[in-house]
Amino acid sequence: MFKIVKKKVLNPTVTLMEIDAPAIAKKAEPGQFIILRVDDEGERIPLTVADFDRDKGTVTIIFQIVGATTEKLNHKEEGEYIQDFVGPLGVASHTDGLKKVAVVGGGVGCAIAYPIAKKLHNLGCEVHSVVGFRNKDLVILEDEFKAVSDKLCMMTDDGSHGTKGLVTNALEQLIQDGNQYDEVIAIGPLVMMKFVCKTTEKYNIKTVVSMNPIMIDGTGMCGGCRLTVGGETKFACVDGPDFDGHLVDFDEAMERSSMYKEFERKQHEETCNLFKGVE
Amino acid sequence: MPNMSPKKNEMPVQDPQVRNHNFKEVALGYTEAMALDEAERCLNCKNAQCMKGCPVSINIPAFISKIKDKDFEGAYQSISLSSSLPAVCGRVCPQEKQCESKCVRGIKTEPVGIGRLERFVADYHNEHSTELPVKPQSNGHKVAIIGAGPSGLTCAGDLAKMGYEVTIFEALHKAGGVLVYGIPEFRLPKSIVQKEVDNLKALGVKVETNMVIGKVISIDELMDEQGFEAVFIGSGAGLPRFMNIPGENLKGVYSANEFLTRTNLMKAYKEGSATPIMNAKKVAVVGGGNVAMDAARSAQRLGAEEVYIVYRRSMDELPARKEEVEHAEEEGIIFKTLNNPVEILGDEHKFVKGMKCVEMELGEPDASGRRRPIVKEGSEFILDVDCVIMSIGTSPNPLIKSTTANLDTNSHGCIVTDGEKGQTSREGVFAGGDAVTGAATVISAMGAGKASAKAIDEYIKSKN
Repeated sequence: MFKIVKKKVLNPTVTLMEIDAPAIAKKAEPGQFIILRVDDEGERIPLTVADFDRDKGTVTIIFQIVGATTEKLNHKEEGEYIQDFVGPLGVASHTDGLKKVAVVGGGVGCAIAYPIAKKLHNLGCEVHSVVGFRNKDLVILEDEFKAVSDKLCMMTDDGSHGTKGLVTNALEQLIQDGNQYDEVIAIGPLVMMKFVCKTTEKYNIKTVVSMNPIMIDGTGMCGGCRLTVGGETKFACVDGPDFDGHLVDFDEAMERSSMYKEFERKQHEETCNLFKGVE
Repeated sequence: MPNMSPKKNEMPVQDPQVRNHNFKEVALGYTEAMALDEAERCLNCKNAQCMKGCPVSINIPAFISKIKDKDFEGAYQSISLSSSLPAVCGRVCPQEKQCESKCVRGIKTEPVGIGRLERFVADYHNEHSTELPVKPQSNGHKVAIIGAGPSGLTCAGDLAKMGYEVTIFEALHKAGGVLVYGIPEFRLPKSIVQKEVDNLKALGVKVETNMVIGKVISIDELMDEQGFEAVFIGSGAGLPRFMNIPGENLKGVYSANEFLTRTNLMKAYKEGSATPIMNAKKVAVVGGGNVAMDAARSAQRLGAEEVYIVYRRSMDELPARKEEVEHAEEEGIIFKTLNNPVEILGDEHKFVKGMKCVEMELGEPDASGRRRPIVKEGSEFILDVDCVIMSIGTSPNPLIKSTTANLDTNSHGCIVTDGEKGQTSREGVFAGGDAVTGAATVISAMGAGKASAKAIDEYIKSKN
């Protein structure tokens, strides 16, 4: 059992939790993920590590409430426990030798982009962060990004906070302004990552994306997380989750991520009280 | 006077047309009367050939003699001297290739039903004995076991009985390895596995789940920082293979590992399970091993109307146990042998809508001694399915190898050992089971775990 030592609601659909997991905190690196089960009947879900504190022995996760399991997790309070918490899994993000990087985060993906921006910043790399949200109510980690970025572009779809527009608009502008990036790191919805890659492809800038497909064990056993990268099948859990974005078949990944859509919709309706009739 | 009946006592089973809709155990086990009758078929040979066929050398005539005396608990104790998982082995061992293949009764008629008797004895014990084993006096030496599958559990049990302080590290949230994620409930009830794990815990074995060794702790850290004097790697062969044909990443294509893990470990077969599984109507399982049979029979129980086994050789070459093939046939699984998939076809939403296959014929024997399948020209056809399960084998997981310096593996990714004892290229590190051999049987993994336990004991004693 793993104790929730801190819970913080970041916005109506996104929650932060610090989990007491000293062994994992000792080893975790940005880009890696954990798998958790909320209770003994629960499914296993992967979540990318949002932060860790080796001294306190905690691992931070930030999740969006999208289905029955994240809904159930969100019902857990500080001081309560979750059943299983395993990691750190996957390969850590490569940061060696990077001098200037654009980190692009979309929505809850910013939770994963942040630790990488932080690590790069601490390594002395110049970090330009481009973060995008639907509107100002959904903005998360703004102060945190500010603290680790040499430049921060805040984008919202409706212009209610920062600049109106998509992350790709801001990124393209930065590139056209003459910024020469060693690498662009993009983390967010599949469709966002796809279009970031399309943008950077034009300028021939290496782009790394973090994939978060459906998986069970997270150790290479089920193959459910397979992706096509450069024409080859890769397992996101052991070969990734970071991949060269210009080689990833995003359309296939988007299709695969919708495999259990119908099941998830039903499960969510059964879990969420809003869908239950008044007796 | 021995029972000279040419046939084994039949194993009572659930009716095929009933059982193919439920996940309850298929084989129901001998009654006491059947067990006594079957035991009388054993001639109690002085030079017992059957024992030579057993990877863990159970004294078979001895335990069967106890059954004849109606001393069922004594029979259990006799098996326990050699095997730590009798209730499991009585169910999933390929006895027809092992002990029973050597039985002298089998020369002219059917051999003694040794596996069925083993199961009877183990079930009798589980039902009647409430006593848990007692933790032996500790000898103060710590051994780490990586993986709570058949080889790891066996190695842990043997070492614990010798007084070692044993900790098993398991990557999944539940101990049992392939016994819990792979083999279905209807062939091996999970309560039986749990009981075996509980017995180990009573012996003092610690089981730490959610521990992916190589990620959260390395083997070097276990030995240098945590004081483990020896490590046994029993991490299995869990990496699924695919065919690399077009369409394999469509929605509705599973590895057998994923399909079975969802069904067994995650209980997707139960109403209200949090883990989803596709509600497939027509399923093709590609492959002919025991895992393929398990996947096919599970798919049918989950509600599929037509389930095919697609295998490129003929019925005679199926690697699965004969009993499993027969059970699958009785339950209505359709065998499309001498067929091989070449492409999986998808609909506009990228769900599987069919599988393009070719017919095969058998040519000259190949290196494996089996006749080589050759494609029949112009034989292409489309099998109407909405789900495909690839069950064409697994390889050892590379996680341990990639995080342990100087641990030698061969070109297949299998850990190299010095043969029987399981000594690897690293001092104090032993390995056994599928991680060494590639995918094999539960009992051979147990045999390896046993041999390594002995070798670890010798190694630690030699150092102290």
